[in-house]
Amino acid sequence: MIEGILIGLTTALTFQNILMVMVGCFFGTIIGMLPGLGPMTAIALMIPITYGFDPATGLILMAGVYYGAVFGGSTSSILLNAPGVPGTVATSFDGYPMAQQGMAGKALAIAAWSSFAGGTLSAIYLLFMAPSLSKVSLSFRSPDYFALMILGLTAIAAFSSKGQFLKAMMMVVLGLMLASVGQDSLSDITRFTFNNMNLTDGISFVLVVMATFAMSEALTIILKRNDPTSAAKQVSLTELGSIKINKEERTKMYKTVPRSSVIGFLIGVLPGAGATIASFLAYGMERNVVSDDEKEKFGKGSVNGLSAPETANNAACSGSFVPMLTLGIPGSGTTAVMLGALLGFGVQPGPRLYMTNPEIFWSIIMSMYIGMVILLILNLPLIPYIARILAVPKNYLIPLILFFSVTGIYVMSFNNFDIYLMIGIAVVATFLRLYDFPMPPLILAFVLGGLMEENLRRSLLLSNGSWEFLWDRTLTACILATTILIVVWHTYKTFKSKN
Amino acid sequence: MNINTTKIISLLFFIFSAFYLYTAYQIQVFAFDENAPFNARTFPIYLGYAGLFFSGLKLILPDPNTLKVDHKNLEYKKTGILILIAIIYGATILKVGYFLTTSLFLFASYYFLGERRWILMFLLSFPFVAAFMYLLHGILDIYLRDPFLQSIGVMG
Repeated sequence: MIEGILIGLTTALTFQNILMVMVGCFFGTIIGMLPGLGPMTAIALMIPITYGFDPATGLILMAGVYYGAVFGGSTSSILLNAPGVPGTVATSFDGYPMAQQGMAGKALAIAAWSSFAGGTLSAIYLLFMAPSLSKVSLSFRSPDYFALMILGLTAIAAFSSKGQFLKAMMMVVLGLMLASVGQDSLSDITRFTFNNMNLTDGISFVLVVMATFAMSEALTIILKRNDPTSAAKQVSLTELGSIKINKEERTKMYKTVPRSSVIGFLIGVLPGAGATIASFLAYGMERNVVSDDEKEKFGKGSVNGLSAPETANNAACSGSFVPMLTLGIPGSGTTAVMLGALLGFGVQPGPRLYMTNPEIFWSIIMSMYIGMVILLILNLPLIPYIARILAVPKNYLIPLILFFSVTGIYVMSFNNFDIYLMIGIAVVATFLRLYDFPMPPLILAFVLGGLMEENLRRSLLLSNGSWEFLWDRTLTACILATTILIVVWHTYKTFKSKN
Repeated sequence: MNINTTKIISLLFFIFSAFYLYTAYQIQVFAFDENAPFNARTFPIYLGYAGLFFSGLKLILPDPNTLKVDHKNLEYKKTGILILIAIIYGATILKVGYFLTTSLFLFASYYFLGERRWILMFLLSFPFVAAFMYLLHGILDIYLRDPFLQSIGVMG
């Protein structure tokens, strides 16, 4: 492992890669501060830029964007009570009251230090857990992988939002359907191309991500007459006050950070669950374990109440890399985008990534840590200035998002058809968003579609067409039972809500 | 059963899944693969049934969080114009070239979204695209086809 860490450090600490982490964190903070534009959009917009880099550098840039976006989301939560990303909603419970009491700078500093500590601890957990899990997952067989993918897709649908399970499952199926367009990987038989040569190679992953996130988010903002930049304009005018944290506040954080980081990391590892659930759980747990006096302060500007969700959401970000790096199965929409980008680089994540491409594996882990340091040193003091850059009118922001989306597709294919297809998918996605159909399950399903079919193929061929492979092995049966429980529970809840 | 737009979307998805399933059954597989445990049409067939199942459930089961969208407050005109500009952009980018079409696309988008600060609009279109092109083409070595710039001798 020491050798791996050194390989990772050697790759991550090159001038180019440090620059990429800095650019990523900065850009991610900007996008994360805009309510409605989350890390997935930020990462999607970065994909065309990564074409010019090697896989490790490209992924380091995307990881920086991810952390920056989460940090940016916290900033707008604390200063404006307008969370930029769902994972920072719990941050606003105590962060915003602190800002209202004239301690905005302090609240930002507590959030930044908690994020840093949570990220650091979870990077350590990841450091130890990922290689061990990689070794364990080598014993996984096709039926286990197939069942795991079904569980991952069901879980992301279940956790998408309250009462939207069936909508999310429809999006999962739509994502898998889109992934089935093009040549069959084994027989080369074309499917759903309707004799259109442009569809023979299937629909590009970048195209689907750009259409369902960057482009459709831009169209939704115009359609709903939202102005995400209005928040930034207010931030740039806010008096932050001191960013110093006193001894008493530090003492409180020392207790909160370790327990919240464990919760955050473990929730992040679970497929489908992510920063949002982790931050709410950590907030709830913290409220239960603190003294009665401190409990009274919750919701009114408690240091523990702010530190817990911030630690947990950053720890969950690191945790969500575990299934992607060790099993090749992303646990969240954001890591699904990264997985898609990795596949585009010709790198197949999974248990063998640790052995075949150690420089990628370890440099991602190392760059996460470097990203945390950069967020703390550079972004925290720069928040008011970043907000000033952000305060551009939406009349400029929206065309620029559309420009990055179209450019991303253009440089990839030099094909008009792909641009039309992207616009078509974006229009449908905008309409679906309007009626609360979640997009992350669609992306995750699209990325996993090919792998899922491949593992089902192997499983069915090995079992001679019998579906017994689903319960032949205890591990497969357990994973499947969990999936069935999730489906039955959510369908029952929907049915019960009638009464 | 309460009919709302979500139900209509579910119905459309149900019809789409039925069409997908029909097309999946039409996929031509090799003769020796016809009765194999798994062939090119197996997975799509399961997906078609899954689509029917979930959209069917959504149609039948009550909708606990019925979402009402106020269409009067939606900005259809500007959204439609932006989509149209993007389509024109897509149609001309290959023939005219990246620089000119992208710059005009940005300029037109700013204009139709209500911007009238001409100098800023110009700076955030033509020079901005030139700088971005330099980043992609010149620094990152990502090829950008541009017949317009080639015709005036700016690009080789």
